Amino acid sequence: MKVRIHLLLGSLGAALVAFALAAPRVTAADKVDPVADAKAFQNFFFQKFPNVKHEDFVNGPYSMNEDMKRQWQEKEEFPPYEFALDAGKEMLSTPFKNGKTYADCFPNGGIGIRQNYPYFDSGEGKVVTLELALNRCREANGEAPYSYVKDEMASLTAYMAYTSRGKPMDIKIPDDPRALAAYENGKRYFYTRRGQMNFSCASCHVQSPGERIRAETLAPALGILNAMPIYRSEWSGMGTTSRRFVTCNSQTRAVPLEPQSDEYRDVEYFLSYVANGLPISGPGARP
Amino acid sequence: MKRSLGLAMLLALSLAPSARAANEADYKAAYAAAEAASKEAAGMRNQWTVTLSALAAAKKAADGGDFDRAVAAAREAEALAKASIFQASSEKEAWKAMEIR
Repeated sequence: MKVRIHLLLGSLGAALVAFALAAPRVTAADKVDPVADAKAFQNFFFQKFPNVKHEDFVNGPYSMNEDMKRQWQEKEEFPPYEFALDAGKEMLSTPFKNGKTYADCFPNGGIGIRQNYPYFDSGEGKVVTLELALNRCREANGEAPYSYVKDEMASLTAYMAYTSRGKPMDIKIPDDPRALAAYENGKRYFYTRRGQMNFSCASCHVQSPGERIRAETLAPALGILNAMPIYRSEWSGMGTTSRRFVTCNSQTRAVPLEPQSDEYRDVEYFLSYVANGLPISGPGARP
Repeated sequence: MKRSLGLAMLLALSLAPSARAANEADYKAAYAAAEAASKEAAGMRNQWTVTLSALAAAKKAADGGDFDRAVAAAREAEALAKASIFQASSEKEAWKAMEIR
C-alpha cells in the first residue's frame, strides 16, 4: 500500500514538474513577438530555398523557376505595366479641383515612400495602407474615391512603388497593444483556412511555393507584397494588393471581404512586416 | 411468402414519404433553414461562394415551380453553410498549427 502511495505521489510530482516546465513555453508561444516571427518567417524560406538570393524572393514565381525567370527578364525590356507608370506619374502631379495634389497628403510628396506602407495610425488605432491613404487624400480634397482593385488606384500605386524600387521594406510596429493586436489579427488571417477548398493563404504560399496549381507556379509568401501592384496576364491588366486578396479568397471559394476591410489591412501589415529588409520591386508582372 | 410480402409493404411505406413531391411549404422551410445558417456563416466572416450559389439555385428552381429541385438545392446550401460554420469555429485555434515558428 505504502509503495502504491509513493508511486502515486511520485507520478503526481513528476507531472507537476512537467507542467511547470511546459507552462512558460505555452505562454511564450502565445505572446505576440513580431521580431521573432519575422526572423522565423524569413529563415523558413531561406532554408527551404537555399539557392534563391534573399533579395530575389520579391520576384515571386520567377525566383522559383529559372525558365520563368528568363522569360520574365525578357518581358521586362518592354514591361506590361509601363502604361500604368506613365498614368500614375501624371496623376500624382495633376492638381485636384481645389488646386492641391497628392503631394500635399504624403511625406516627400509621395516619392520614395512605398516601403513605409502600411503603417499603424495611433490616432485611428488601425492599419493604414497606401491604397487607403490615397483615397483618403482624394476625399479630403473633395474628390471621389477610386476603386481599390484596379485602374487608377493601380496606376498611382504602381508609380509610387516604382519610385521606391530597391528600398528595403521598412514597416514599424509601435509599442501599442492595438498595433500588436492588428499584427496578430493579420497573422491569424494569413494562416486561417477558409472557403470550400479549405485553403489558407499559407496553404499555397508557405506549404507549396514553387509548386504548380493548375498552370500557375505559386509564389513564396516572403516578399509577396513587395512587388505590388502587379500586371497579371490572367487579369489582362493591373491589380492592387486589394485585388490580390479578393482573388485569392474567391479561388478558395470563400466570399471575399470588402477591399480595405480590417482583416485585409491587417494581413497586409503582417505580410509586409515579415518582409522587412527585402527590397520593393513593384510594380511587378505575373502570368 | 407472406413474410416477404409484409416486409416489402413495410419497405414501400417507409419510402413513401420521401417519394412525395416537394411543395412550396417544404421549399420555404428548407430555404429558411439554409438562409439562417448562411447568415450565421457570414456573421463569422466565413461565407462560401458555393453556399450563395446553392441558395440562388434553390430560389431559381422555386420561382420556376420545381420544388423538388428547390428543396434539394436549399438543403445543399444549408449543409455547405454548416460546413463553413464548423470551419470557422475549428480554425479559431487550428490556424496556429500552420504558423511558422
